[in-house]
Amino acid sequence: MLKRRHSDAAVVQISIDGEAVEARDGESVAAAVLAYAGEATRTTPVSGAPRAPYCLMGVCFECLMEIDGVPNRQACMIRVSDGMSIRRQQGARALEGDA
Amino acid sequence: MSSPQYDLAIIGAGPAGMAAAHEARNVGLSVVVIDEQDNPGGQIYRDVEHVALKRAHDLDVLGADYKYGYGLVDGMRAGEVDYLSGHTVWQIEADGIVWCTDGSKAKQVTAKRVLLATGAMERPVPVPGWTLPGVMTAGAAQILMKSAGMVPSGPIAICGSGPLLLLIADQLVRAGAEIAVIAETTSFADYLRAAPKLAQALLGMEYLQKGIAMRRRIKAAGVKIVSGISGLRINGDEMATGVTFKKGGREQAVAAGTVLLHEGVVPNTQATRQLRLDHLWHETQHYWYPKTGLHGTTALESIYLAGDGTGIYGARAAEVSGRLTALQIALSLGRIDDGEFAFKAGPWLSEHKHHCAVRPLLDALFQPPAEILNPPEDHTIVCRCEEITAGDVRKAGKLGAPGPNQLKAFLRAGMGPCQGRMCGLTVTEILAAVHGKSPADIGAYRIRPPLKPLSLAELADMEVPDGDATLASPSSGP
Repeated sequence: MLKRRHSDAAVVQISIDGEAVEARDGESVAAAVLAYAGEATRTTPVSGAPRAPYCLMGVCFECLMEIDGVPNRQACMIRVSDGMSIRRQQGARALEGDA
Repeated sequence: MSSPQYDLAIIGAGPAGMAAAHEARNVGLSVVVIDEQDNPGGQIYRDVEHVALKRAHDLDVLGADYKYGYGLVDGMRAGEVDYLSGHTVWQIEADGIVWCTDGSKAKQVTAKRVLLATGAMERPVPVPGWTLPGVMTAGAAQILMKSAGMVPSGPIAICGSGPLLLLIADQLVRAGAEIAVIAETTSFADYLRAAPKLAQALLGMEYLQKGIAMRRRIKAAGVKIVSGISGLRINGDEMATGVTFKKGGREQAVAAGTVLLHEGVVPNTQATRQLRLDHLWHETQHYWYPKTGLHGTTALESIYLAGDGTGIYGARAAEVSGRLTALQIALSLGRIDDGEFAFKAGPWLSEHKHHCAVRPLLDALFQPPAEILNPPEDHTIVCRCEEITAGDVRKAGKLGAPGPNQLKAFLRAGMGPCQGRMCGLTVTEILAAVHGKSPADIGAYRIRPPLKPLSLAELADMEVPDGDATLASPSSGP
């Protein structure tokens, strides 16, 4: 769904859902995940519908992801950094201790 | 409160915030700029420093008007303001206390005056299918070009209206993207209605020339433009696969993996609403804007507003309004006198007039269509967070919900993570239609802190200035 026009920016090593992925310096987490996945970046807590970032400027909250263990971060407002671990959120979260 | 840390705290580093910072430093005020972004520029000049210095290939795509923003960034940097980048403001108090977080811990900034330069956002475009992956705002595609040098890889459908729509299409053409169609909701009737505003707009001739040149370049690139469309919907089950629209009574379908929506921009009123400032309804452009007095003054002595957050006039007008407001603030603090104010403000006043001249024409020409404001199809999602449809809102309205705040109790609309940013305008319009009232009478969601979510850990680790024990808990307001 997205392509990088040039590849001269420095490579940043991140992981998306446990998979090692190369992103580029300066990209937001939302942009890096969109470029990698090209599809839904989460499913909704209400109905499980697939969603992807809509505004990329911090107002729509469609890009919520777990970043370095912290859930519900606005991925469009955070830039990738080396070693960053990103997880896409699927549906509603389970309560701790739920099977 | 112990004595404030700064003369002036500016929230937002777009054109208004950057210019205000520069002007305020020039007259000797101490200034802090609190910016949610990592780099100054706001949305319009986003990442312009990086692009100007390191990414010449993207600068060519984005154009001279974008490059212009580098001068503003440079001006703000040269003024040696305290620049808090990556800081999200979550509450503003009328006496000049600003609560923010850097993502790991909350902090407090105090100032004699607070200038909100929080800008605009794209109007939400609720059409069937607008929640599908593959659909984003036209501005989002532009942000990908500015901050990441990315473009959509397959065919793109660009739908809606407004000057920004054309600008982004022009940039995408230069970036080598494949545009399957530009489907404009603007019709011949809109041009006729806007025609009487043309004479005044000629005072801002360069805006008209740029618009005409953009359209010519897009057409020359062989892009299909369909004007006067209606009944837009996005096709697809799990992903967008294209768009369908009506033109002259006939339905057309165009395949596209990326759909960019745009129906103009509107002030982002979350912060001004949280401050309980009065808001007025713009009858032509159908948006709320906070009531201001001369040069950004408000009903609150310490709070000032500048830029597109006060009404949409464009980046250059926002910049000038930032300068004028900074001078007004310096005057209110007794740092300049009336004579110095008049001397410094004079040139900016005429420049402001120049940049605003084209606006009545644009406002009349690019009016959002009724079917975007009040979606006719019941199944169209209005509140994306809680997945509330237009039909749900209409039904709750008929059951007795008089306004947006009562609607929350019926449906939870506006109570999800975006806090009503995406559905607020639409909910107001639908309820206005149900009750046969004007949106101004229906009102808007009440906005409460925190303006953006923050974690308990961020709150618990809050930095509080020395020797002030009264600041442990922010008041929640009335």
